[in-house]
Amino acid sequence: MKQHLLPAFRLTLVLLVICCLIYPALVWAGAQLAPNGGQGETISHRGRVVGYDNVGQKFTRPEYFWSRPSAVDYNSAGSAGSNKGPSNPEYLAMVQARLDTFLLQNPGVPKAQVPAELLTASGSGLDPHLSPAGAAVQVARVARARQLDAAKVQALVAQHTQHSLLGPDRVNVLRLNVALDEL
Amino acid sequence: MINELLGIGAIYFLTLVLAWPLGRYLARVFKGEKNLLDFLRPVENGIFRLSGIDARREMSWQQHLVALLTINLVWFLLAMLVLSTQGSLPLNPDQNPSMSPDLAFNTAISFLVNCNLQHYSGESGLSYLSQIVVITFLQFVSAATGIAAAVVVFNALQTRATDKLGNFYNYFVKSLTRLLLPGSLVVALLLAFNGTPMTLQGKQELVTLQGDSVAVSRGPVAAMVAIKELGTNGGGFYGANSAHPLENPNYLTNAIENIALVIIPMAMVFALGFYLNRRKLALMIFGVMTVGFVVLLAPTVYYELQGNPAINHLGVNQGLGALEGKETRFGAAASAYWSITNTVISCGSVNSMHDSFMPLSGLTQMLGMMTNAFYGGCGVGLLNFFAYLIIAVFIAGLMVGRTPELLGKKIEAREMKIAILVTLLHPLLILAGTALTAHLYAGNPTEYAGWLANPGYHGFSEMLYEFTSASANNGSGFEGLGDNTPWWNISTGVVLLLSRFLPIIGPVAIAGLLARKKYVPESVGTLPADTATFGVMVMAVIVIIAALAFFPALALGPIAEHFSLY
Repeated sequence: MKQHLLPAFRLTLVLLVICCLIYPALVWAGAQLAPNGGQGETISHRGRVVGYDNVGQKFTRPEYFWSRPSAVDYNSAGSAGSNKGPSNPEYLAMVQARLDTFLLQNPGVPKAQVPAELLTASGSGLDPHLSPAGAAVQVARVARARQLDAAKVQALVAQHTQHSLLGPDRVNVLRLNVALDEL
Repeated sequence: MINELLGIGAIYFLTLVLAWPLGRYLARVFKGEKNLLDFLRPVENGIFRLSGIDARREMSWQQHLVALLTINLVWFLLAMLVLSTQGSLPLNPDQNPSMSPDLAFNTAISFLVNCNLQHYSGESGLSYLSQIVVITFLQFVSAATGIAAAVVVFNALQTRATDKLGNFYNYFVKSLTRLLLPGSLVVALLLAFNGTPMTLQGKQELVTLQGDSVAVSRGPVAAMVAIKELGTNGGGFYGANSAHPLENPNYLTNAIENIALVIIPMAMVFALGFYLNRRKLALMIFGVMTVGFVVLLAPTVYYELQGNPAINHLGVNQGLGALEGKETRFGAAASAYWSITNTVISCGSVNSMHDSFMPLSGLTQMLGMMTNAFYGGCGVGLLNFFAYLIIAVFIAGLMVGRTPELLGKKIEAREMKIAILVTLLHPLLILAGTALTAHLYAGNPTEYAGWLANPGYHGFSEMLYEFTSASANNGSGFEGLGDNTPWWNISTGVVLLLSRFLPIIGPVAIAGLLARKKYVPESVGTLPADTATFGVMVMAVIVIIAALAFFPALALGPIAEHFSLY
């Protein structure tokens, strides 16, 4: 072991330089060419940064599309899921309560149209998206609160729906809400 | 739903298409034959010169192991030192505190053994210095350690009698320079261009559209995420790991990360075939692994797309499947696919929260870790499979009355004992650990109330999952578990250590013992190891040893929960 100790120590020092200095520096240098210089893409509205393209936000007012429930209440300095098991009675009661609240605040929406994503928390607690169904079910409320034509809001949702050949369709909630404010 | 199924099909197909040539390339690298990255040789020679290492000195299997264990000890001490003093060291813009000794112990061990049992949350638990010098560094070198150990076994299985099995430092450094570093660079840049941050600045404070004040965590994320996947470590930069939208911004990055974490384990199997020039054997191994993988994958995708029956009862629209703990941009299918790749491969990164999966999906995730050899971790997956192979050869030999032989070398009592010890260690650590913990909990449920986030069967599954994950060096968790307590930190830390190094030492020792033996050319009396029949035999051994041993424990957790829910 003794004859290996010194080489092990020296090799560790050399590799620290390579893996912890040179490698991240190369990635960092490459990332300078990426959108927003490798700091994550941001979204601006009326001259100020209102958020990150990829970090979900909390919306509670009726005139905005709401994001999914979040276990960390959209605190983007942390991130977590609820980690509730599928059979946990306390959790199922919470889902039921979210459904009741949603139906109360969106009168006229039949229960069968409420997608489960609006009742369940995402993995990160910062999910920036909704499915098209998750947005569609909120159109009537948003249109009413903004005194807009529902068809106009519906068209805006359609315009912000990202389709892809592989994987699910989705709507970026913050982008959609910024577009609403800019109408 | 068709989109989602096509998506996971495409991810698997792409991985396979890339893994085959990578396997051929790796075989050339480790045989010292001409290859694409030979221009890096001066760099490698520089590394050896600076470290005072003669990379041409041949080592016996014992010398390999001593070199491996010594350098691992150095890394452990380094990690302990940095983690327990990070609060007063530089590169800490968010002013995160130093770790408590038991948490530092658990974290250092966890990353040393290429696991990522993170009993902290990245945003608040680590400084940027720790993220780079401890986490990223160990993600590189622990993966390279596993690959180097697997190459020692490749070398030993050649048709000659020898004691000389190449040089550990040579294999180790080349795993880094020829595979992990260039591969990570490519993946990291792809991620950065898709919106993953790569900066040393701290949190950004901003006011949201609606008017709330938030702070967005950033950091040198892209560099770390690349190696966490490629090196099958899985330790995320953020608490939510690859579910975090900055760590894994879109479906494309999800595919890239998912391919990155499977590709080396797959390529190592092909590399074995190319290295020994026994492609049929490699295909047999790959076939068994793939069958096991698909058997675990199919029910998981099915149950996640079906959704939670308890939520169906509410009468809402669950057309997209069970979404608790899952992200909209990935969907249920890609989340289920990721969870199975990550558990069979002992990677442990997550893009959705396993705790909230349907009970039988939790079961398949645990089975992936309990077998721990369907593709398996970087290098070590193949080592685990090698132990099963030895047992299968021995049993099959006895059944047909032939001398047990593998690749022209006789398997005798000594090799067999080691293989059995290594494979039985895994159920012992998992079951004994869970039993002890469940006993503690049952004895005083009020004192340990903080441990479990869910009552009943699911709570038991949380404890079982944690020990399974530790013993498989996986690192994912049913994260509802309140695991940052001295009991969990120390017990899983010890399990991690035992379950990493013994399964490396065992197979390398077996290979070393085999290498010394006389080569007996294959004849009509030989039981061929590269046939489908023998593949079935290996699968049977895996099912009996790995899966059935856990059945009673699984019945108490996920199976009981399934029947209570459906």
